[in-house]
Amino acid sequence: MAVFVAEQISKRFVDGPRPLQALLPVSFEVEAGEIVCLVGPSGSGKSTLLRIMGGLIEPDSGAMWFEGELHHAPNTAIGFVFQKTNLMPWRTVLQNVLLPIEIQHKKVTDADRAHAEALLATMGLKEFEHAYPRQLSGGMNQRVVLARTLMQRPRLLLMDEPFGQLDALTRERLNLELLRLQAAQKITIFMVTHSIPEAVLLADRIFVLSERPGRLIAQVAVSLPRPRTLAMMGAPAFGEIAMQVRRWIGETPDFDDSTQNSRAVETLD
Amino acid sequence: MFEVSKDEIRYRPRPSPLPAWRAWSSRYHTYLLAPLTLIGMVALWAWLVEWRAYPPFILPSPALVWRKFLSMAAGSLWLHVGVTLMEIALGLVIGLSAAFVLGYLLGKHRSLERIAAPYIVASQSIPVVAIAPLIVIWMGSGLVSKVAVTALITFFPTLVATIVGVRSVDPDLRDLMRSLRATRGQMFWKLELPAALPMILGGLKLSATLAVVGAVVGEFMGATAGLGYLINLGRGVLDTPMIFVAIFMLVLIAQALYVAVLWLEARLLHWQR
Repeated sequence: MAVFVAEQISKRFVDGPRPLQALLPVSFEVEAGEIVCLVGPSGSGKSTLLRIMGGLIEPDSGAMWFEGELHHAPNTAIGFVFQKTNLMPWRTVLQNVLLPIEIQHKKVTDADRAHAEALLATMGLKEFEHAYPRQLSGGMNQRVVLARTLMQRPRLLLMDEPFGQLDALTRERLNLELLRLQAAQKITIFMVTHSIPEAVLLADRIFVLSERPGRLIAQVAVSLPRPRTLAMMGAPAFGEIAMQVRRWIGETPDFDDSTQNSRAVETLD
Repeated sequence: MFEVSKDEIRYRPRPSPLPAWRAWSSRYHTYLLAPLTLIGMVALWAWLVEWRAYPPFILPSPALVWRKFLSMAAGSLWLHVGVTLMEIALGLVIGLSAAFVLGYLLGKHRSLERIAAPYIVASQSIPVVAIAPLIVIWMGSGLVSKVAVTALITFFPTLVATIVGVRSVDPDLRDLMRSLRATRGQMFWKLELPAALPMILGGLKLSATLAVVGAVVGEFMGATAGLGYLINLGRGVLDTPMIFVAIFMLVLIAQALYVAVLWLEARLLHWQR
């Protein structure tokens, strides 16, 4: 069953110095429990699409359905993890994780607190509950963000290069942890990433967005078995899928002549 | 399960070890330096009076000022301190409330700020001393005009700080609050206020000390009580020791207000240190 359906979503920004077509009409479905990774050249509207899906910005056209219902505003069943760690510096780790509960239920019960503590324990942050974000490393803070997002018990997780600012090793480890968490909690994940290998490692399907204005040019199925391991990255099948995605990105019209392409778009009025 | 490796915990470099006397002075100089300086300055003052043999109405000796203080403290000094304190307190409450409300609105709505900014800047380019007579004409020479001058002078620093503070709220945190469907009230109490607080307290520090200036300027324009009135009175009868006592009381009030804001900062911004 499709948990999320997008029909002909498009977005054009008119606030800037020149109007900018960020996204041409895009349609897709995300199945329950699957991981979809969205890749594409920078500026192709990946983040814009994600923010539209989260209800943070309104599309110019099209409609979306979340769990069968028309969807156009933020929904607490949809969790968001942004690229930049967005913790409140004046709250301790535990207080940050409890924020979604405070916002939604006004009151924090002992059960909520126990849940938050358990989540932090699974993240390996047990001793850091009362630390402030400033005192932790980037990787640890991004785990706090993940714990906070899980605290709202999301059924769909939208992730915008969640580990993009971390070093390669931490990033790999967090990706594997995320896979384990996703399998255990049956969350649907829609993740934007820059890295094709990361997309192949995580995803059931990889969506490829074209150069701006973004169009959905391919949906590549990743047929690797689960659970995924880092060892799979050496397998021939892994390389083939990565190559296939790379070819799609390469086949974007005017990929080599992107300046001319974007100029053509900007004068379109 | 997630695991945190040792290298992931960020180490902040410790300051390099200091020589013994530097270590000692860096630990204690904050407590000792201020009183030592004060004692030195009073001694210098006493010596200057002794050396040049100034008459008391030019420069009274510290001992004479102290005696004057004791005699005034037995008399009406505390009444005058109370009057000035009242003016400062009321002026601060009114000036700061206005600054918070207006600062929040101007910080949130850029178009509003564009309309209001020229008037706010204009009002600040005129010294309060120049406006004070007008205020006395309009509001009389009672408590109201002093409170008004104090409110006026405390208003601006906190206004600017509040505008900057509200503007400095991380847009990513705004997105987070929106994605959690936070109400307007939650947006304010859980995000905007704590995020703007460091800036606001910075402005408050300025406003608190300026409040003393406001009250004295107000009292100079005509008053029957207050520390500013005492200074005016002392000038009229050449009672210089009285002027000194009044000035020292003003200094003490300003210091107390400043320390109060520092205390607030330590209480509210403990996450910063």
